[in-house]
Amino acid sequence: MELIADSLSWICLMAGSFFCLVGGLGLVRLPDFYTRVHAGGVTDTLGAGLVILGLTFQAGFSLITVKLLLILGFLWLTSATTAHAAVKAAMARGLKPLLHADRDDRDKSGGPEEESEPSSS
Amino acid sequence: MFAACMVAILMTMALALTRAIRGPDVFDVILGVNMFGTKTVLFIAVIGFLTGRPEFLDLALVYALINFIGVIAVLRFTKYGGLGSTPTEEEDAGEKGLAG
Repeated sequence: MELIADSLSWICLMAGSFFCLVGGLGLVRLPDFYTRVHAGGVTDTLGAGLVILGLTFQAGFSLITVKLLLILGFLWLTSATTAHAAVKAAMARGLKPLLHADRDDRDKSGGPEEESEPSSS
Repeated sequence: MFAACMVAILMTMALALTRAIRGPDVFDVILGVNMFGTKTVLFIAVIGFLTGRPEFLDLALVYALINFIGVIAVLRFTKYGGLGSTPTEEEDAGEKGLAG
């Protein structure tokens, strides 16, 4: 029983770490603000959810599990609200989404934003 | 197991900080800082399990609350140019879905 819980915990923690890393990479690499919101949302929902689920398998049935689930529910509520508010504020400020035509132009002209490190992976 | 997870979360925090420093717009900075705060919550929770002291979860809960309030406050500030100002009519129409 201990072994099963540990294995499930391992799998969830590693999957959560993977999604956190992918989201962080997307936050750095993606071209404009609205796509970066999407990358940040992945880490807040799937990454945090899997990491906290992995910790729950370690805790068993106790008050710690209740606290973990409280943190998880709160993170899920607030991250969605924050992303929504950020996009609304950006739209109200007049930040335009990067369209396909703009993107082609930018690729041809060398790119205004990636002047320092074009191969930062 | 917890150490590997902590390394991954730390790397994600570094990437979020990179975006917060490099961000060309103020909203990119807010996005990076918000993600940094969320990962701080996860990091504190995993530290609690690594050191065998799950009381750290209370700290994580408080961090989650502070992070949410702070980001909403900064967003209102950037949208309206002040924390106490009331939105105008045309902005108020778009404000209905945002309870903050």
